[in-house]
Amino acid sequence: MLHFAVNPVVASIFALLAIGSLVLSFVMLGSRWLKDYLHAFALQSWLIAGLSATIAWVTGFHELYFVAVLTALFRGLVLPWLLLRILRRLHVDRELHEVVQPATALLLGALSVIFAVVVAYRIDQTAKIDTQIVTMALTVMLSVKLIGFLVLVIRREAVSHILGILQIENGIFLGSQILVPGMPMMIELVLLFDLLVAVACFGVLVRYLVGVVGATDSKALRRLTG
Amino acid sequence: MKMPIDWYLAVLLLAPVAAIFWALLVRRASAWVNLLAAVAVMIASLLLLPQSGTPQITADGFLYVDRLGAWVVLCIAVVYLLASLHAVDYLRHDPEQKRKPMFYALFAGFALAMLVASLANDLGVYWIGIEMTTLVSTFLVGYERQVESLEAAWKYIIIVSAGLSLALLGTVILYWGGSFVLGPTYTLNWLTLQAIAAKMPASLLRLGFFLALIGYGVKAGLAPMHTWLPDAHSEGPAPVSAMLSGALLNTAMLGIVRILAATDIAGQGTWPHRVLIGLGLLSVFVGAMFIVRQRGIKRLMAYSSVEHMGIIALGFGFGGPLGIAGALYHMLNHSLNKSLMFFGAGNAIHRFRTHQMKSMRNMVRALPRSAWIWLAGAIAITGAPPFGLFRSELAILRAGWHNNTLIVAVLLLVLLIVIFIGFLNHFRAMYAGGPEEPLPDGPAPGWLGVLPMLLALFGLLVLGLWWPPVLQTWFAGIAHSLGATP
Repeated sequence: MLHFAVNPVVASIFALLAIGSLVLSFVMLGSRWLKDYLHAFALQSWLIAGLSATIAWVTGFHELYFVAVLTALFRGLVLPWLLLRILRRLHVDRELHEVVQPATALLLGALSVIFAVVVAYRIDQTAKIDTQIVTMALTVMLSVKLIGFLVLVIRREAVSHILGILQIENGIFLGSQILVPGMPMMIELVLLFDLLVAVACFGVLVRYLVGVVGATDSKALRRLTG
Repeated sequence: MKMPIDWYLAVLLLAPVAAIFWALLVRRASAWVNLLAAVAVMIASLLLLPQSGTPQITADGFLYVDRLGAWVVLCIAVVYLLASLHAVDYLRHDPEQKRKPMFYALFAGFALAMLVASLANDLGVYWIGIEMTTLVSTFLVGYERQVESLEAAWKYIIIVSAGLSLALLGTVILYWGGSFVLGPTYTLNWLTLQAIAAKMPASLLRLGFFLALIGYGVKAGLAPMHTWLPDAHSEGPAPVSAMLSGALLNTAMLGIVRILAATDIAGQGTWPHRVLIGLGLLSVFVGAMFIVRQRGIKRLMAYSSVEHMGIIALGFGFGGPLGIAGALYHMLNHSLNKSLMFFGAGNAIHRFRTHQMKSMRNMVRALPRSAWIWLAGAIAITGAPPFGLFRSELAILRAGWHNNTLIVAVLLLVLLIVIFIGFLNHFRAMYAGGPEEPLPDGPAPGWLGVLPMLLALFGLLVLGLWWPPVLQTWFAGIAHSLGATP
């Protein structure tokens, strides 16, 4: 169930922003340059901020303007800046070892989108929802999530792993903005803050990894087994 | 009667906060201040228990106290106290004494995050509490800054963060489902969830439950999502391992149980239970396989945690008053027993200067003071009488001894026997095996390294010989609140 009425123009704006976010996920999946991931992530966050602002405008949940500004600020600027600092310290530009070729990765990503569409339709049917916006929101939310998991699996660099997790959270954030725009503000704020703390923790840990292990490639982390 | 409960909660949450600030700002005697905070938390949790008979929402709707939450808080408090005692002795051997205040600040912060999570009223706040436990405890796991411990810390934070994102998705889906009933803006807390579960679209409730089960199941160490657990539990300092194993896993299980209860109340049938039983049985199986062929002493304990979380999941999965009572009793018993085992393992690792069991021989001569306590603990953790785990495992087995789940109960029994043999075989080798070798040169534990083991063993013995009647009515109350019908 969608909690607000949409006219066709607004629906197309939603679709544009959501699909744009999904395409940027594919950019992250296909490229092997870490800076590309970073830019794609920042842009994705900006698109989501735009979505929040649009929803605030359409629904009258005015606190979402605030959320939009914070999203743009934190997810769009501060987090990428923190990650850029980590990248500079690491002197790593790109993924050296690929588990699968970029082309295969993109294909797997496409398959996960198909899966997400099927799941979204199924949810709509069983919950008796017939709004296409909901189907799209669910599809994009699940696809971005699955692609994030895919990134975690096929990438080896520590920074890629961080970006994979951030991307997953972006997907959830995007979906929740459309599905439950009235979710209490406090929760969203704390989630943003939590993300900031998480990235700070990741950063500290990466520094230790470089200092002690001498690498941030997960290939170097294979001692503990059994 | 509103006054006292607020006071207890204040002590419960502010004592660790005070310990954190003391450790960060004063930086002296942080071990003892942390211990003081742990004692305060223990007393407050004991006083909270009788107050929690009727569920109460307090602190501006932020905290929710009911019997189940208070019980998990008690488990956390017990482990926090025992681990704080043991940490004083364990960290004596740490080469870097300057980082000690940081350790205690993180340690108290870890306890605080778990307490907040188990008292959280809102599903979102609960999720945040669980996430905070991850972020804080990552640095405790990596505290020793060896290659192995950092590897463990990295795997821990990545796997658990990814897993918890599923739980977050589940929470959003549940919130969305609730908004079909209550409109776009409301707060989703545990009581609301139970109240609206029957009215929200069934598919969303199921989806939310399964996502939360997988997400929090990662944190609770249920197989096949347990892969971070042996690494993190084996590479952190022993008191941290005890906290992770004895307290954290229960805190994550709490969320699963509460959402499971909502599906029960909504009349979702047996599917959620069957999935939980499947994961539980798989966990016991994985635990058994890795226990039999284990080489590292703390990894042995870690896989035993996977096994016991599986047993607890089976208890809740079988359901009914008996299954739930068994699972709850098992939580406390496991908290006590696993703390004991990790403390003993930490002492042995210091004494022999290795994690490998094959280099640990003639335990009684090497550790004359604590060897017998540790051996008794090993017997207890395999579920042998007269200790507490025997009773709780028996209760869970009896709960499963019905036509529907008989095969599961039989398989559980077989696996428990395998674990009994496998686990104690390692201890046989460590206690009785090998020629007379010269004594190892590592430091032996002081009295504070042995005292918490003794306390835990005493508790296990009491709980094994006597299941207090007041606890039985207590558990029956929890089972009732979870919607279990006798």
